[in-house]
Amino acid sequence: MIEVKDIYKSFGDNEVLKGISATFKPGVTSLIIGGSGSGKTTLMKNMVGLHEPNSGTVTYNERDFTSMDMHERIEIRKEIGMLFQGSALFDSMTVEKNIRFPLDMFTDQSKAEKLDRVNFVLERVNLAGKNKLYPTELSGGMMKRVGIARAIAMRPKYLFCDEPNSGLDPKSAIIIDELIKEITVEYDITTVVVTHDMNSVMGIGDHIIFLHEGKKWWEGSNKEITSTDNPELNNFVFATKLMETLLKK
Amino acid sequence: MIFYHFGNYILLLKAVFRKPEKFSIYKNEIFREMVSIGLGSLGIISIISIFIGAVTTVQTAFQLTSDLIPKSIIGGITRDSTILELSPTVCSLVLAGKIGSSIASQIGTMRVTEQIDALEIMGINAPGYLILPKLLGGVIMIPMLVIVAIFLSITGGYFAGVASGAVTAAEFIQGLSTGFVPFTVFVALIKALIFAFEITTISAYQGFYTKGGALEVGQSSTKAVVISCIAILVSDYIIAQLLL
Repeated sequence: MIEVKDIYKSFGDNEVLKGISATFKPGVTSLIIGGSGSGKTTLMKNMVGLHEPNSGTVTYNERDFTSMDMHERIEIRKEIGMLFQGSALFDSMTVEKNIRFPLDMFTDQSKAEKLDRVNFVLERVNLAGKNKLYPTELSGGMMKRVGIARAIAMRPKYLFCDEPNSGLDPKSAIIIDELIKEITVEYDITTVVVTHDMNSVMGIGDHIIFLHEGKKWWEGSNKEITSTDNPELNNFVFATKLMETLLKK
Repeated sequence: MIFYHFGNYILLLKAVFRKPEKFSIYKNEIFREMVSIGLGSLGIISIISIFIGAVTTVQTAFQLTSDLIPKSIIGGITRDSTILELSPTVCSLVLAGKIGSSIASQIGTMRVTEQIDALEIMGINAPGYLILPKLLGGVIMIPMLVIVAIFLSITGGYFAGVASGAVTAAEFIQGLSTGFVPFTVFVALIKALIFAFEITTISAYQGFYTKGGALEVGQSSTKAVVISCIAILVSDYIIAQLLL
């Protein structure tokens, strides 16, 4: 479980996060949604330690991440997997080496054991046999799936996904969403997804946090999101003609 | 602003020298960088060195018009200027352009495509993993390149001098062997070592703190070359002043 308490974050005079608190539970896909500039990616970066909050705490299973020094954080980071918006695969490495990299760094497994694990996670993301390809030889959707495979290679307890289906066609986006949800339930992972994609919200949003102007504006599930009377949230949810039309039907 | 960057540079170096997560991975990376920096630069260094030696010999011969000065002195001047200044400094300036821009753009691209964030999320010391192998590869291979450059410069000078008739083979070799001070080679190696450290760390710093996109990666790369060249020239003067 991840608990975020009263997080404030500013960049110069620009206050991006204004006292956000939330709890993220294992086995549940939690979505942080909001318009551009609402602070969702900043919140995620504060949670994983890529940014330092001005005040507030982030705890992983009651371990206060914000007060830890770099060495203590490394132990928590070994439990974290992250899928980046642009996949962030290492260009100079093949798919296999990308996925094997954290195993090489942090485990004493034999080559055969590591290869087994690589093949297992590749199969899990439906990319069996793509071991020797380089990231430049993959499509956007495949890169995302390799990113997920790398993120789960170390059997993480926490999975963070930053805009996992940005730049993907709707079909590939659904595949990625479903994969994230399946993995979350299957391995009982605490998953946090940052997105502004309403398809993801409706498809996998077990738990949704809506950010607006750096504050937590609404919290609920995808079953509740279309029936709320929160005007800012309704503006966000029904911004597309598709959502409006579907709901009228 | 200068103090801000200098402070950040020192902090980055501190992180670079933190204990590696796994020595075997770092060892492989160091060998890879040694090949990339050493073998990858051998061609350009060879061409430059041969011509530097040739030009030094021809121009020295042009200036020594007095019959009172023995022709063999041309060999001596070519040797000393090559060992003390031309090979270490000119080669390092060229390497700052070649290796420095490559390091800054590699690391800068990794920064803007979130690959460095990915390393940090995995719990890997990104400065150590990315910069230490390049630094060690540089400080091992650049002095070796400078040694090669010294030999090729003198060889280039020999052939140019003999071919142009400015000096005979016997006079050139006599000049080379007269009054040779081995300490000058030590000075050249010290220079190469310090220049290698500057090229790799300054370029890595520029790349590591790149913000933005492709345009900024290009700017970091340019800054890396310019600042490395200035640092080389300043430290060249300081070393000369301290050691000679």
